Amino acid sequence: MSELVPNGAAPSPGAALRRRDAFGAKGSGDTSGFGGLAVPPPVLTDNRPPFGDDDADAVYGALERAFPGLEEAIERVVYDRGELTLHVRREHLLAVAQTVRDDPALRFELLSSLSGVDYLDDPTGRRLHSVVHLASMTYRRRLRLEVSVSVDDPVMPSLTSVWPTADWHERETYDFFGIIFEGHHALTRIMMPDDWVGHPQRKDYPLGGIPVEYKGAQVPPPETRRSYS
Amino acid sequence: MTTTDTHVPYEAGYTESEPGGERIYTVTGGDWEQVIGAGEEGAERIVVNMGPQHPSTHGVLRLVLDIEGETVRQTRLVIGYLHTGIEKSCEYRSWTQAVTYLTRADYLSPLFSETAYCLSVEKLLGITDQVPERATVIRVLVMELQRISSHLVGLATSGMELGATTAMIFGFREREKVLDLLEVITGLRMNHAFIRPGGVAQDLPDGAERAIREFLVDMPKRIKEYHRLLTGQAIWKNRLIDVNYLDAQACLALGVTGPVLRAAGLPWDLRKTMPYCGYETYEFDVPTAKEADSYARYLVRLEEMSESLKIIEQCLDRLRPGPVMVADKKIAWPAQLAIGQDGMGNSLEHIRKIMGTSMEALIHHFKLVTEGFRVPPGQVYTAIEAPRGELGCHVVSDGGTKPHRVHLRDPSFVNLQAVPAMTEGGQVGDVIVAVASVDPVLGGVDR
Repeated sequence: MSELVPNGAAPSPGAALRRRDAFGAKGSGDTSGFGGLAVPPPVLTDNRPPFGDDDADAVYGALERAFPGLEEAIERVVYDRGELTLHVRREHLLAVAQTVRDDPALRFELLSSLSGVDYLDDPTGRRLHSVVHLASMTYRRRLRLEVSVSVDDPVMPSLTSVWPTADWHERETYDFFGIIFEGHHALTRIMMPDDWVGHPQRKDYPLGGIPVEYKGAQVPPPETRRSYS
Repeated sequence: MTTTDTHVPYEAGYTESEPGGERIYTVTGGDWEQVIGAGEEGAERIVVNMGPQHPSTHGVLRLVLDIEGETVRQTRLVIGYLHTGIEKSCEYRSWTQAVTYLTRADYLSPLFSETAYCLSVEKLLGITDQVPERATVIRVLVMELQRISSHLVGLATSGMELGATTAMIFGFREREKVLDLLEVITGLRMNHAFIRPGGVAQDLPDGAERAIREFLVDMPKRIKEYHRLLTGQAIWKNRLIDVNYLDAQACLALGVTGPVLRAAGLPWDLRKTMPYCGYETYEFDVPTAKEADSYARYLVRLEEMSESLKIIEQCLDRLRPGPVMVADKKIAWPAQLAIGQDGMGNSLEHIRKIMGTSMEALIHHFKLVTEGFRVPPGQVYTAIEAPRGELGCHVVSDGGTKPHRVHLRDPSFVNLQAVPAMTEGGQVGDVIVAVASVDPVLGGVDR
C-alpha cells in the first residue's frame, strides 16, 4: 500500500505489532535484531504534482484539463516507485473513468485488472479498497485508480458500463471481499460456491480451519501452526 | 402405449406413440439416415450443460449453452472448480515461499507467474537494477522455452478437441523435449519455483547449453511439420476459418490480450510495447494477422514459436559467466541446491561450509529461511507477456516479511469472458473451437 510508509519513529511495541507468532513472543519476536518484525502502522501519504516523472505529470495534467473539479473527485494522489495512484471518491468514479478512457490525451482503453485489497487498519475506517489498473495502449502508460469503502457500506459503482471486461473482475472482488458494485448486471459469486458464507480474502477471514466434507476431517488454520514471523 | 410400427422394438427407425400423440424416437444402433431430420421441425430452445468435467475443455470448465437446434443462442461460463486459494495462501508465507504457490496457478506456463511476481517484489525492494545480467538472461531463456511448450499444448489440445489426434501426438511429443530441457535447468518438469526474488534459484548446469542448441536445430523442422500437417489441410481450415470472429475493438472492450488480440490485427505485445527483462534488446518480430478468426490465432501461435526460438538463440549467445542472484545477502535466499542422485536437494557442500566454518552464517541462513526478509511498504503492478496475454501481478506490502496481498491478473481469466461473444449465434460444434482458440488454462483462471 503506497500510503503504508514507515513514519520514521520506532513503533511503540503494543500498537505497532499486528502479528503474533505461535510461541506467544511479545515485542518484535525477533531475537537477532536482523528482521525487526514489528510492522509500522499505516500512514496516509498524499503527493502532489510535479512528480518528477514525465508520464505521471502528463497524465495528471491532462486529467486536470479534461476533468473540472478534479480536487473534489480525488481524495489523495500517491506517486510511488514510478506508479501513479489516484484515490477516487466513489461518487465520482464513473465520471473519472469515462474521462480517462475517452479523453484524447489520456486514452486508457484497456482495463487490465480490477481487484480488492483489505487494509484492516486503514486510518479512515474504509478498509476495503478496490484497485483498478488501467493501461493506455496509445501512450503506453499505466494508471491505478483506487476506491475505498467501509465494511458497513461496501458499495461502489460498477465499471462494466465503461469497460465491459470489468464484469468477471468485479464478480471476483465481490466474492472475495464483499464489495458491492452497483449497476453490475449479475453480481454473483464466481470462484466460491454459490451458497458460501463470508468473503474469504478479507483479512479477518481465517485461512483454512473450515470443516471440510471429507470423513469429518478438519484442516487446522495455518496461523495456529508453527510460524516464525 | 401402443406400437404403431412393424419394426422390432429398439431397432433403428423404430418409433412409438403415446396416447397423447407424442412420439418417442429410439435411436439405438442402426442407420442414422432414418434418424436425421427427425424432430428438426420447430426446434425449441433447450439448455445443454457441458462439463464441469469435460475432458476436452482445458481443465474443469463448465459451459451452459442455450441452443435451438444446432444454433447457440446463449453461452454462459461457470468457473471456480479449480479455485485453491493461492492468493490467500501467499499472505501466510514469506516473500520467497509465495513463489511456490504462484507457480501452481497457470500450470502450463508457471515460469511466467513466477517472473511477474518476482519482478514486482524486486520493484518493491528497489533492487531491479541489481539483478545480475546472467539471471535476467536465464529468465528470458526459460520463459521463451516455456512459451513454446505452452503453445505446443495449445496446438495439441485444440487438435484433439477437433478430432485431429495426430496434431495432439505431435504437439505433446515436442513439448516433452522442452520439458526435458526445463527439467535439466530447473530440476522439475513443471511447478518449477525456479525464479526467485533477486534472481534465479540455480545457475545453468553443465550441458544445458548444448542440449538447448540441439533443440534449436531440431525445432524449426518440427514447426514445418505442423504446417505440412495442418496449415493447408482442408478439414482443419473448414473448422477454423471464419469461425469465432472477434475483432480488435471487441477484444479491447473485453480486455482480451495475447495471440487472440494479435490475430485481430493489433500488434500489442508487452515485450515490445512495455519491455521488461531487457526484451527491448532482443531482435524478434510480433506476428499478427487480420482475419480475427480461430485460424488466424492458430497461425499467430505457430509464428510465435519461431520467434521464441530466435530469442532463445540470442540468449545463449549472451550468457556470460557471473552470479545469478543479487549480491545483497539480506535478500538473496541461500538456495544453494545441487542435483544429487535422488533429484534436486540441499547442496551438501554448502551445508558443510555453513555448519563447519561460521556460526554467523548458520544463524543468517536460519533467519532468512524461516523468517524471510522484509519488503518496504507500498504496492506495485507488473505486467509481462505470457503465452496467453498480459499476465499482471499486483503485490502489496505492509512492510512485513509476508506479502499483504498478491493478485494475479491471469490472461486466461480475462480472455474466457470473450467466449460468449465468439460463440453466440454460431454452431454448437464451434463452441469447442472457441474455447480451444482462446487456449485457457483453468488453473490460472481459478487460482
